[in-house]
Amino acid sequence: MNRYPVWKYTILVIVLLIGALYTLPNFFGEAPAVQVSSAKSIIKVDAATLDRVQDALKAANLTPDLIALDGNSVRARFTSLDDQLRARDALQRALVPDASDPSYIVALNLQSRTPAWLAKLGAAPMFLGLDLRGGVHFMLQVDMQAALDKKAESYAGDLRTLLRDKSIRYGGIDRNGQTVLIRVRDADTATAVKNLITDQFPDLAVTEAGEGADTRISATIKPEAVRKVQDQALKQNITTLHNRINELGVTEPVIQQQGLDRIVVQLPGVQDTAKAKDILGRTATLEVRMVDESSDARAAERNAGPVPFGSEKYLERSGSPLVVKKQVMLTGENLTDAQPGFDSQTQEPTVNLTLDAKGARIFRDVTRDNVGKRMAIVLFEKGKGEVVTAPVIRSEISGGRVQISGRMTSVEANDTALLLRAGSLAAPMEIIEERTIGPSLGADNIARGFHSVTWGMVAICIFMCIYYALFGVISSVALLVNVLLLVAILSMLQATLTLPGIAAMALALGVAIDSNVLINERIREELRAGVSPQAAINAGYERAWATILDSNVTTLIAGLALLAFGSGPVRGFAVVHCIGILTSMFSAVFFSRGLVNLWYGRKKKLKSVAIGTVWRPEADSTAVAAK
Amino acid sequence: MEFFRIRRDIPFMRHALWLNAISFLTFAAAVFFLFHRGLHLSVEFTGGTVMEVAYTQPADLESVRKAVSSLGYEDVQVQNFGTARDVIIRLPARKGVSSAQQSDSVLAALKADTSNEATLRRVEFVGPQVGQELATDGLKALAMVVIGIMVYLAFRFEWKFAVSTVLANLHDVVIILGFFAFFQWEFSLAVLAAVLAVLGYSVNESVVIFDRVRETFRRQRKMDTEHVINHAITSTISRTIITHGSTQLMVLSMFFFGGQTLHYFSLALTIGICFGIYSSCFVAASIAMWLGVKREDLVKPLAKKDDASDANAGAQV
Repeated sequence: MNRYPVWKYTILVIVLLIGALYTLPNFFGEAPAVQVSSAKSIIKVDAATLDRVQDALKAANLTPDLIALDGNSVRARFTSLDDQLRARDALQRALVPDASDPSYIVALNLQSRTPAWLAKLGAAPMFLGLDLRGGVHFMLQVDMQAALDKKAESYAGDLRTLLRDKSIRYGGIDRNGQTVLIRVRDADTATAVKNLITDQFPDLAVTEAGEGADTRISATIKPEAVRKVQDQALKQNITTLHNRINELGVTEPVIQQQGLDRIVVQLPGVQDTAKAKDILGRTATLEVRMVDESSDARAAERNAGPVPFGSEKYLERSGSPLVVKKQVMLTGENLTDAQPGFDSQTQEPTVNLTLDAKGARIFRDVTRDNVGKRMAIVLFEKGKGEVVTAPVIRSEISGGRVQISGRMTSVEANDTALLLRAGSLAAPMEIIEERTIGPSLGADNIARGFHSVTWGMVAICIFMCIYYALFGVISSVALLVNVLLLVAILSMLQATLTLPGIAAMALALGVAIDSNVLINERIREELRAGVSPQAAINAGYERAWATILDSNVTTLIAGLALLAFGSGPVRGFAVVHCIGILTSMFSAVFFSRGLVNLWYGRKKKLKSVAIGTVWRPEADSTAVAAK
Repeated sequence: MEFFRIRRDIPFMRHALWLNAISFLTFAAAVFFLFHRGLHLSVEFTGGTVMEVAYTQPADLESVRKAVSSLGYEDVQVQNFGTARDVIIRLPARKGVSSAQQSDSVLAALKADTSNEATLRRVEFVGPQVGQELATDGLKALAMVVIGIMVYLAFRFEWKFAVSTVLANLHDVVIILGFFAFFQWEFSLAVLAAVLAVLGYSVNESVVIFDRVRETFRRQRKMDTEHVINHAITSTISRTIITHGSTQLMVLSMFFFGGQTLHYFSLALTIGICFGIYSSCFVAASIAMWLGVKREDLVKPLAKKDDASDANAGAQV
């Protein structure tokens, strides 16, 4: 009765082998490496870059341990820190001739020493959380109200243009919160406006109020469109953050959406937190507006009069005031790229903008109607607007490629381009959570977690071996297998291991031993009742199983609740906790039974089993104890 | 080796009334302290900034405090932790000042003292709205655990067991919280995780006992409820103590080696484990007894047809 069929042993062996294979990468540790990635979106890192890196390293007499193209970067691994630094310098010289305008980012990095054959199987070490490796964690909240306000404003602008194009005589158009209000004077116009909105703006819901000369049509963004706007705003902010973080040259940054309106940014290994925060915290948005060319506006700039209705006053970067119209032509949303460059004829420094299709169309119309006038590019940072540049429109610009030139140094062009790029955030963001962990604390935390798990496990194993003899040894082996499988699954999933995760691992092991204690106690009890050893083993496992299942399911319920509602550290805890429960069912029941069967299963005339002393009450003790 | 040589069933339930009275008193005390003193919530819940700074020499807390309050912060907490060189600074959240500016300005002020160089080990900033959310999410998680466990136990056993188990375990949770309130230990997210893990873990305990109660009901047809419960607890006590001892070994290892982060986590687990043993042996079983658990509740007439030794026979509902 205590024999497993061959297929069960086969499953055990296969699971153990796979477990060992995927746990293996965690033992190789990390080696110093140099990572080359692109600094500009136009430059791609490909096989040609790989060749260049190889040539540069060869020229510097350096042989990397391993060099590979990995996603968007080339990584070269070295055996010593010395080589790593020399390689960085060599690559910097070869690939980045002009430090003020780098095409590539050469950064120091750590890379797993996992051999290539393992990496090919997809085996990689566990991903260490920030609390274990040091770095910065930010949670940013995207201001969705602002994104919607902006969207409504741009709808108002679009409507205004369209109504004018269609020669529909409306009384006025205003944005009130996220509603666009259009005043019309008669029912015919009202119908025309309503039809136009339904035709051309499927995302707007129209309602009508009032009558006759006092008819107001209000258009609001439909709920499903609201979700779309929010989604896009979030996506664009994530893209922008990616670009900004690339400028930092961080390796393996994590930028993730969390919930509906939050973004989590994790920058492992970053020590200069002030700079990271500075770059992330630039909550800038960009708007293109026309400069108010009226004489009133000029007077307002000289502080000689009030700012005309429908305009606002902003400061230029030089500090002089400029009156700009409130109507927004374009927002940063339509700007896909901004790069510094030089004019091909005059050799003047320029800033080259690339607009998306919609932006290009609007820009063409705006420039056609306003040749000779000035437009202002206004950057809003934390609610305050500043005019980045206010160039004169020289001619109609179509095609979406815009060049801003004139009276700029190349440094200024560089700065402007950076600001414009940074400005393409769809909605402002605010840091609502921040965690910085120094590298020494990270190393300490790894050591602490490792020691907790190891010593706890050693103590449990010693106790089990003494108390339950051979069955204790088997339980201890099952516990080790549990760790192996847990680590293997975490590595396979590339789940992030944090200190609470390690705590969960320790706790999972402490709880996992429960199953073995249950089984062993049950076997002893059966023996005490005078059952033959083979039958006792069988009954022990069979009867304990129902209890083990019940207790693990209840623990799993708690784990799942933590997973569902937990955030940050609690989630890391919950993931390991849940996986630990599942692996413990496998190792404590299936695996340990396999070992027991292997050891005792074939012995037909088994007289006794090594499960420690089985104390038997005297035959005359209560009927209950003897059963 | 065998620790527990028990000849007869220990009459646990004879003292049920006393034990329940004691439980009720501890529970009431815990609730009292919880309301009277309140929990010392960590920054994660309240919002604010925590900075951990390491000095090269033992730090003078008074001068650190002065340096920080000179920036205009009131209610600044400066404490040593671990060693005399490590300082932890807690700042309340402040409107209009971003976290970045806050921690940078504080660190700059600390670095101004050149005689004792300060290095930043860790900064944690949590905005007030996040704190609110974490608190509500924590309560939601607690509710979901309670409901989930009750539904499962009601399905697997019987509603009386479900109710008594959950009551017993909530009693544990409240007592853990009571300890944290009484000693004003810091209640962080990690502690919350520990509390919820304890909830799952000690339900475990009650399940083992109730499993045995069911089995005994099925086997010993003449025993009355009180004796059945006594027998079930007695025959599982050895397993209960050994399991908890093993888990406690792990938790102690975390307590001693885990450092600051795991300190309160393991403390909460320790209290949870100790009271978990107590409550599942005495509280859960006696509540089930008061609720009037009968043989008929667990041993369905249908089960008689099945092999009585099959522990799963009662699983059908």
